[in-house]
Amino acid sequence: MQVQFTVNGRAASVDVPPETLLVHALREQLRLTGTHVGCDTSQCGACTVLLDGRAVKSCAMLAVQAQGAEVTTIEGLAAADGTLHPMQAAFKECHGLQCGFCTPGMVLSAVDLCRSHPDADAGQIRELLEGNICRCTGYQNIVRAVQAGQKAMASSA
Amino acid sequence: MGASDFSRLPHIGESLLRKEDYRFLTGAGQYTDDVVLAAQSHAVFVRSPHAHARIERIRTDAARAAPGVLGVFTGADVAADKINGLPCGWLITSTNGAPMKEPPHPILAQGKVRYVGDHVALVVAQTQQQARDAAELVEVDYEALPAVVHVADAAAGTTGAVAGAALHDIAPDNHCFKWAIGDRTAVDAAFADAAHVTRLDLLNNRLIPNAIEPRAVIASYQRANDEYTLYVSNQNPHVERLLMTAFVLGLPEHKVRVIAPDVGGGFGSKIFLYAEDVCLTWAAKKLQRNIKWVADRSESFLCDAHGRDHSSHAEMALDEEGRFLALRVHTDANLGAYLSTFASAVPTILYATLLAGPYRTPLVHVEVDAWFTNTAPVDAYRGAGRPEATYLLERLVSRCAWEMGLEQDELRKRNFITSFPYQTPVALQYDIGDYPACMAQAQQLADVAGFAARRAASTAKGLLRGIGYSSYIEACGIAPSNIAGALGARAGLFECGEVRVHPTGSVTVFTGSHSHGQGHETTFAQVVAARLGIAVESVDIVHGDTGRVPFGMGTYGSRSISVGGAAIMKALDKIETKAKKIAAHLMEASDADIDFANGEFSVRGTDKKIPFAQVALTAYVPHNYPLDKLEPGLNETAFYDPTNFTFPAGTYICEVEIDPATGATRVDRFTAVDDFGTIINPMIVEGQVHGGVAQGIGQALMENCVYERETGQLLTGSFMDYAMPRADDFPDFKLGHVCTPCTHNSLGTKGCGEAGAIGSPPAVINAVLDALRPLGVRDFDMPATPHRVWQAIQQANPSAKT
Ligand code: FES
Ligand code: FES
Repeated sequence: MQVQFTVNGRAASVDVPPETLLVHALREQLRLTGTHVGCDTSQCGACTVLLDGRAVKSCAMLAVQAQGAEVTTIEGLAAADGTLHPMQAAFKECHGLQCGFCTPGMVLSAVDLCRSHPDADAGQIRELLEGNICRCTGYQNIVRAVQAGQKAMASSA
Repeated sequence: MGASDFSRLPHIGESLLRKEDYRFLTGAGQYTDDVVLAAQSHAVFVRSPHAHARIERIRTDAARAAPGVLGVFTGADVAADKINGLPCGWLITSTNGAPMKEPPHPILAQGKVRYVGDHVALVVAQTQQQARDAAELVEVDYEALPAVVHVADAAAGTTGAVAGAALHDIAPDNHCFKWAIGDRTAVDAAFADAAHVTRLDLLNNRLIPNAIEPRAVIASYQRANDEYTLYVSNQNPHVERLLMTAFVLGLPEHKVRVIAPDVGGGFGSKIFLYAEDVCLTWAAKKLQRNIKWVADRSESFLCDAHGRDHSSHAEMALDEEGRFLALRVHTDANLGAYLSTFASAVPTILYATLLAGPYRTPLVHVEVDAWFTNTAPVDAYRGAGRPEATYLLERLVSRCAWEMGLEQDELRKRNFITSFPYQTPVALQYDIGDYPACMAQAQQLADVAGFAARRAASTAKGLLRGIGYSSYIEACGIAPSNIAGALGARAGLFECGEVRVHPTGSVTVFTGSHSHGQGHETTFAQVVAARLGIAVESVDIVHGDTGRVPFGMGTYGSRSISVGGAAIMKALDKIETKAKKIAAHLMEASDADIDFANGEFSVRGTDKKIPFAQVALTAYVPHNYPLDKLEPGLNETAFYDPTNFTFPAGTYICEVEIDPATGATRVDRFTAVDDFGTIINPMIVEGQVHGGVAQGIGQALMENCVYERETGQLLTGSFMDYAMPRADDFPDFKLGHVCTPCTHNSLGTKGCGEAGAIGSPPAVINAVLDALRPLGVRDFDMPATPHRVWQAIQQANPSAKT
């Protein structure tokens, strides 16, 4: 099936069997390998992307469901000149990543979290990150990163 | 250069942001599954649904005929090609002098399967979906056999497997080895005379490592030169190559290149040589195709080596003042169905030798029985043996304190080792440490003084509050090779570093250590930049590729900086020596008069000086060069074999609050004070501690690998059933540091990667017990899930207070 959507600001078209998951269309057809697969039960959040601005698990939806939508993957978050998005910069600044495998999903979840809950405190951020597992960091620096990113996003908005 | 000079260099102790982060944050990291080779095909494994069964027949015709299928292989093909089984890396000798039972560990099952998920057949097809579909068509007739699952059942010999169906012919009672250390006679005598004896039975729950990147392999065969390339999510590519070529496939090592690109966490689970890696390498040549296999998470649960799984009985003898006289331990260790790479070392050398802890215990005797069961192989997981030792000892020590009416901290302080070097009764010699300082700082950071008030506040809300202590010591960077060899190691334990100075003065370092999240590209660059007085940006680190790095033993056991970094330092010493000769020539001085500091060579007593980059250029543009005395180029390699382990230590304090109505346990405060010796990048070190503590609290409160006792079916086979810690399961951790630099490496570093997972489980469970003791709960096995805590409260006997 042909699916047409916008990915990271550019029109994209993929031809996939109807049962293809969005994550596989992104990784295998479009070679956007920043979106990772960490589980087969939609529990880990490593595959999180933004769909029309909202964080979704791209392993939990079909590629065809993205027809006409605007998808942002981690590859599309930084500015065109490579300048990191405030949330990416905050993760770096706060050491919110170690192996980096959960990181794309974590950063995109955090971006949505801060847009939808601009006033969330540390405790609420911990709850809102519930859909993403990180095995490396112990989350403390991720929470700090989200708080820093939240501030930076608010001031750049 | 000595450790104290090193720690004063610029950048050492600075939290530089990580060089590797940009690629990870922008999706430009390259993990194994991101690599796509030309004409890549896909592998799927047919796995055993039974814990224990005889394979009567395998029919592969339908699978072979399915669309896109390139090959289907079974144990018969493996046998026909005379492929060896997977080797175990450590030989244990039983107390009776016999070698451990080392049954074959075939890469595809031979006649029998021994755990759910055991490899039965390999299917290779053009697409992954085709391989999956074809794998469904492989028909296997099994005759199910009785299974033994719990280590206690194996040890008791009560179940069917032991009675009628042992896993392996060479181990009819499923016993792999009995191993012991220490002076049993003296220990028994001390117990006979002791004023007080504390006894404790405990289980160390089995864990599933769950690195978030599942294991993945791509094997490629190049016919032109009969060479193989393997991309693999692995912590030590050279060891993978050594084990695979020398022990299993019988290939010349130089014909195989192993690349471990970006690796998404390991925690031990990616140290080992797995059947999948060998199967793909073997099949790549047979099919003349590039083949990829990526585990899905369900497979990871079944087939990654699991961790822990000990059942122990521990006894401590004390005098009237609470001084430890003797420790006696018996442990039954579950090895799973086969011996994984380090399986035999974990419950012996890496466990029993740590049971003296940070205490003066004059006599220790430890006996370990290791058993085969119908479960996934068990091997090193973050800490490997040290967490099991610390959990046992620190639970026992708190119990001693409670029984003797002492505070947990008081008993520890009375028994801390305070003079160094200290020879333990179980083989190790601690070079240095300051255990009371760690305790004092932890107590201050944890505001122990305010605990009584916090407990009163909890009580007022109808909640229970407890405080738990744990003082750990660990041994990092297994060493030295000759002693490890005498103890059964089948590999060396050195590390290799190559420093290549380029003509313009930038530097590439090739290290045998491997980073899978530990930040080597930054920390190692800091070391090199500091040592050479150049910018951190001028230093690049290459790791994880046997085709580029001269040799290596990889990363595990917190060895990277203390062994890998020390090897680089040794290469840097050689660089400095040669560079000084070039500088002496350029400045027409004698070698002995050249000083090197802050990136400049100078002639002592003069104002003559030249920068590092000029010397580098001269080495490669040797127009004005002492060619008669010196080779051009500035490139040195060093191998470093440490003379001893390093011994990080610390005290952890945990405070929990428990709701007796639900059993829900919340970690309210967690404090970790560690002595890692010299710290190069505090930000990275703290991140390592956070991650370790999270895994340790995970073990203590929620993580548990559960097999059904009779059938050996894995009940916790996904993230839905195996409780992985999430962000809201933790508070912020409070961290502190004490620094006694390691005395025997040039950096003074000790290693920090595993401490958190070692020190935290007993601190948490001691806190849980402290909270529940007033209700009469005396014992508690991890994990402290709400259900178990609630049950313990319901079953408590208030008159059994300690
Ligand atoms: S891969 Fe989508 S949630 Fe795990
Ligand atoms: S950084 Fe490794 S899983 Fe989060």
